[in-house]
Amino acid sequence: MYSETMILNERSQIPPSGGGGAVFDDMIINVGPQHPATHGVLHLVITLNGETIKKVEPHLGYIHRSIEKMCESLSFRQFIYVTSKMDYLSSHINNHGCCLCVEQGLQIEVPQKAQVIRVLMDELTRIASHVLWWGAMAMDVGALTPFFLSFREREMINDIMEESCGTRLTMNYMVPGGVMADVHPNFVRRVNEFISHFKSKIDEYDELVTNNIIFQNRTKGVGVLSKEDAISFGVTGPAARGSGVRCDIRKLYPYEIYSQLNFEEVIETAGDSFARYVVRLRELRQSMHIIEQLINTIPEGDFQAKTKAVLKLPKGEFYSRIETARGEFGVYIVSEGGTTPYRIKFRSPGFSNLSVLDHIARGGKIGDLVAMMGTLDLVIPDIDR
Amino acid sequence: MNKEEQKLKLQEQYPSATFDEIGQWLVMNISVADWLATAQALRTAGYDYMFCLTCVDFKTHFTMVYHLESTTERTPLVIKVQLERNNPEIETVSHIWRTAEFHEREVYELFGVNFLNHPDLRLLILPDGWEGKNPLRKDFEDNVNMIKL
Repeated sequence: MYSETMILNERSQIPPSGGGGAVFDDMIINVGPQHPATHGVLHLVITLNGETIKKVEPHLGYIHRSIEKMCESLSFRQFIYVTSKMDYLSSHINNHGCCLCVEQGLQIEVPQKAQVIRVLMDELTRIASHVLWWGAMAMDVGALTPFFLSFREREMINDIMEESCGTRLTMNYMVPGGVMADVHPNFVRRVNEFISHFKSKIDEYDELVTNNIIFQNRTKGVGVLSKEDAISFGVTGPAARGSGVRCDIRKLYPYEIYSQLNFEEVIETAGDSFARYVVRLRELRQSMHIIEQLINTIPEGDFQAKTKAVLKLPKGEFYSRIETARGEFGVYIVSEGGTTPYRIKFRSPGFSNLSVLDHIARGGKIGDLVAMMGTLDLVIPDIDR
Repeated sequence: MNKEEQKLKLQEQYPSATFDEIGQWLVMNISVADWLATAQALRTAGYDYMFCLTCVDFKTHFTMVYHLESTTERTPLVIKVQLERNNPEIETVSHIWRTAEFHEREVYELFGVNFLNHPDLRLLILPDGWEGKNPLRKDFEDNVNMIKL
């Protein structure tokens, strides 16, 4: 039963069912750092008893770039763009969080038009991220087709981003005080095209995966996370909202124009992988709803407030919170009054979300691990920073 | 509950603590010796969500910064604990807020702060066998990988 490469350790006290009194050893297997289901270089050391998971131990740091240290030598204009490389699927929202923190320190008033563009871009990013997650998640549990469908929609958003921001993945479109340039003349038309296209396709998503009995059996009751544990482990974003925790920063601490918008904070209470899945699909519809409210009424005016060429944050501490596609992203800046931050801490949602994996995986089956990992939506550069 | 009410309430409970109102949230400074008891009392008082845990190297001392929040009242509170730079030690709070376990491991390796009674204080991000130097300290020098601008 055991191959030589598997490391055996302590004698297990729990006799596996149907073992006929035989004593089995624990088996330790390594998932990653190169594994298709981890979507990056995450290394999990898993202790198994038969097929049952006893412990999951993450080993990080394979792509740690020490972004926090790097930022200490970059100016308040420059450090914003390093954060694109953290959570590359919400790079726009990461940039946004950093800008909010700098603007808070300098008390810059962002023009109405810039606020609308920022929110539109944030929501497009959220859709692109959730759509990619949907395809990857379905692929993890064995359905290959959704992955290709999701790229069809994501490609349209990437094209919109490319036109207005110049890049497809790490947009670097934010500047303190607004956005870097006005949107492309085609922007409104193409976003409208995308929305009408996506509206018809999202029902297809439900038909193909959500209502699929095989998918439901793979995810329902798997990796159950209670509300109390979600709060204690600092889990945020759709992963926590699947456990019934109200944690949407857009609702709790509205920034930009979110307080004036009509949208719903999606909450599910089951706490299992399927609930987390449903939250994300419902959020896609909410994001579309937000875009529809704004896209045809982008106000006239400046897209950027006038700011000094060299920014100096006053001595003190600044903290901004923003809702990325994965959860709460926090930027904590300690400034000594100079042109560079004295210390920066990025509170990345992925890091806290990963910490709960061991807790929800214990007692589950090894085959279900990808369903648990998939619905936590881990992005490894975001965890490592 | 606004910032003033929060301050009055906490002042009554923790007479030895000092308060700053420099940022957007109330900052409470407490000593290392009081930290564990205060943390437990704050958790009982409803601060159930720790959304950030970090450390700042001020060259003369370290400051541990804890951002806490109650998920029912939503009035964030910042706790600061000053540590000696030579032998930084503080009690773990990973049994009170489970998220602290990973964050403390991160601070342990990047700053060299020793968390007493932590269940699993090992290297998390740095490679195995890494010794001595803690990368996020201000006096960290790496002539090979760091480019000074």
